[in-house]
Amino acid sequence: MLNTLLSGDYPRSRILTGILAAIVLGLAFAPFLFSGAAAINTAAKVCIFIVLVASYDLLLGYTGIVSFAHTMFFGIGGYGVGLGLYAFGASWGVLALGILLALVVGVVLAFLIGLLSLRVRAIFYAMITLAVASAFLILATQFSEYTGGEDGRSFSVPQVLRPGYRLLDQPVFGTVINGRVLAYYLVFAMAVTLFLLALRVVNSPFGRVLQAIRENDMRAEALGYRVVYYRTVANCLAAGMAVLAGAMSAIWLRYTGPDTTLSFAIMLDILLMVVIGGMGTLYGAVIGATLFIVAQNYLQKLMATASTATEGIPLLPKLLHPDRWLLLLGLLFVLSVYFFPTGIVGRLRGKSG
Amino acid sequence: MTAAPAPASASDALPDIRHDYLPILLPVALSALALPFVGNPTTWVTLTVAALAMGMMIFVIASGLTLVFGLMDVLNFGHGAFIAVGAYIALSVLALLSGWVQADSLLWNLMALGLAVTVAMVGTGLLGLAFERVIVRPVYGQHLKQILITMGGLIVAEQLIHVIWGGDQKAMALPAALRGAVVIGEVAIERFRILTVAVGIVVFAAMILVLNRTRIGLLIRAGVENPEMVEALGYRIRRLFVGVFAVGSALAGLGGVLWALYRETLTAAIGGDVMVLVFIVIIIGGLGSVGGCFIGAILVAMMANYTAFLLPKVALASNILLMVAILMWRPQGLYPVAKR
Repeated sequence: MLNTLLSGDYPRSRILTGILAAIVLGLAFAPFLFSGAAAINTAAKVCIFIVLVASYDLLLGYTGIVSFAHTMFFGIGGYGVGLGLYAFGASWGVLALGILLALVVGVVLAFLIGLLSLRVRAIFYAMITLAVASAFLILATQFSEYTGGEDGRSFSVPQVLRPGYRLLDQPVFGTVINGRVLAYYLVFAMAVTLFLLALRVVNSPFGRVLQAIRENDMRAEALGYRVVYYRTVANCLAAGMAVLAGAMSAIWLRYTGPDTTLSFAIMLDILLMVVIGGMGTLYGAVIGATLFIVAQNYLQKLMATASTATEGIPLLPKLLHPDRWLLLLGLLFVLSVYFFPTGIVGRLRGKSG
Repeated sequence: MTAAPAPASASDALPDIRHDYLPILLPVALSALALPFVGNPTTWVTLTVAALAMGMMIFVIASGLTLVFGLMDVLNFGHGAFIAVGAYIALSVLALLSGWVQADSLLWNLMALGLAVTVAMVGTGLLGLAFERVIVRPVYGQHLKQILITMGGLIVAEQLIHVIWGGDQKAMALPAALRGAVVIGEVAIERFRILTVAVGIVVFAAMILVLNRTRIGLLIRAGVENPEMVEALGYRIRRLFVGVFAVGSALAGLGGVLWALYRETLTAAIGGDVMVLVFIVIIIGGLGSVGGCFIGAILVAMMANYTAFLLPKVALASNILLMVAILMWRPQGLYPVAKR
C-alpha cells in the first residue's frame, strides 16, 4: 500500500523519514494542533508551495532545465480561478471551469515556449523564460480592466468554503469545523494528491529518461530518446502542476494579484526552496518549502529580537534587521550550491549511507 | 599530390573578411517604418533620440555581460547587482559633492558627475574582481550551477545594499546644467540624452578599437576562439579573463549611474528591471557579440519607445515579439559568435 502510494521511492534515511512524518502529521492536523488564523495560514501556504516547488523540481532537479517562467503558470492558475469566480459568481461549476481553462492555457503556453526554446542551451532558455515571464507580469498589470491591475482581484469562494459556514454544530477537539477548515482540507488533499502524482511521474520509465537527459542529453539522444520531446512533456507537466498550485492559492486566499502569484520575488523563493531542500529529490520540495515558509514567518521575529539585543554595536543590528532575513537565506543558498549541491535531503541520505 | 604548391599571391593568403551589413540596416528600417505611424516628424525625432539614449545605456550595461559570456562562457545573473551598486556609489559621491552639483556651471557639474562615475566604476570593478573570485570561479564550465550561484550572489548583494544605504527609494537628481532641453528648430532634445548618446558612442568605439587594434584585443578575440591554444602560446589567459570580468562589471556600474540619473529615482531593485532588457538585447545580438549587442540595444530601445507612444499597454511585451521575430530569422542572434 505504502509502496504503491510512494511509487517505491522511500525517503531512505531515518532522520529524513522522521522529519517528513512530522511535517505530514503537522499539516494533516494543523487546524487542530495550532490555534489562530496565522498558523493555519502558514500551513496552507506550506501545502501550496510544496506543490509549486515539487513541480519546479520536476524541471530543475529531474530534467536539468532552468526556467524563470514558473510563476507565470502559478499566476495563470490563480487568475483562472480568481477571474472566473469574480466574473461569474461563486459556484463549484465556475471553479472547475476556471481550473480547466487555466490548465489548457498553461499547458499550451508551456508547449509553445518549450518548442521555441528547449532546443537551446540552459543559459539561453533561462534568459528567454525570464523575459517571457516579465512580459506576462506586465501584461497582467496593464490590462487592469480585466485583471484588476496591481490591486488584483478579491472574490468569493463557494459557500461551503467560507468562514461563516458551519459543518457541525459542536466543535471537534476544541476546533469549530467551519468553511475555513474545509477549505484548508481541500488544499491539503490537493497537495497530497499532486505530490504523490509527481512521485509517480519521476519514478516511472519516463522519469528515468528525464534524469538521463539531465545527466547527459547528448548521450540520451544517442540512445534514441527524442530529447526535445521529453523536455517539452516535462515542461508541460510542470506547468500544469504549477497551474493547479496557483488554483489552490486562489481558493485559499480568495484573492489573486501580481504580488502573490506572478512577482519575481516568488520565483526567487521557489529557487531557494528547491536548492536548499535538495534538487532532484521531491522530498526536498517538502523540506525546502516548510523550512522556508516557517523561517519567513518566525525567523523575522527572532531577528527582531536579535537586532534590538545588539543595539549599540555598529552595523550588526542593521544586518540582523528583520527585513534582512533574505540576506541569511541568500548566503545559505550560495553555500548550499557550493557545499551541499544535493541540499538537505541529499545530505541526510548521504549520512545514512 | 606531387606538384609543388603554387606560390600564394598576397590576395590568396587572406580571404577578404565578409562584412554582414544586413543587421545594421534594421534600426534604420525600424525607425523609417515608425515615421508614418507616429505621423508628426517632431515627435518622431524626439522619440528616436530618446530611443538612442536608452539604447546606449542598455548597450553600456550589456556589453560587459556579453563579453564575459563570449570569453569565459559564464552568464552572470548577478550582473544586475553591479548596476545597482554603481548607482548607489555615485549617489553617495554626488551627495558629498553637492556644492559642485548645484553650481550653475556645466564644467563643475560635469566634474562632479565625472568623479562620481569614476569612483562608481572603480568600485564596481573591484567588486567584480571579488565576485569572480568568490562566486564564479568555483563553477566554471557548469552552467546550471552558474545560474544558481550568481542568482544567489544577486540576492546577497541586493540585501547588502539595503544594509549599507537603507531600503527606501532615493531621489537621484541630475546636476543643474544637465537638466532641461536644447531646442534645435522645433525639436527639443533633453541635454542628458545627448550626454548619454555621447558616452555610449565613446564606449562602443573604445571597445571596437581595443578589440580590433590592440594586442590585448587580439588575445581576447583569440581567447574566445580557442582558450587552450592561447594558453599554450604562453599567455596567462586566466588573468586576461579576470580583467575582462572587472571591466565588464565597471561598465555595468557606469550604466547603472546613467540609468539611475535617467530615471531620477533609485532602489536596490533597479538592476532587476534593466536585466530583462539586457538579456533580450544579448539574445538578439548573439551571445558574446559586441556589435550585435550594440544593434540589439538600439533595436530594443526603439521598439520600447515607439510602442510606448503608439500602444502603451504592450510596450514592454513588444520586446518579446521583437526577440521571437529575430530568433526566427537568425536562431543564434544577429551576429552569431562562431564557436558557440
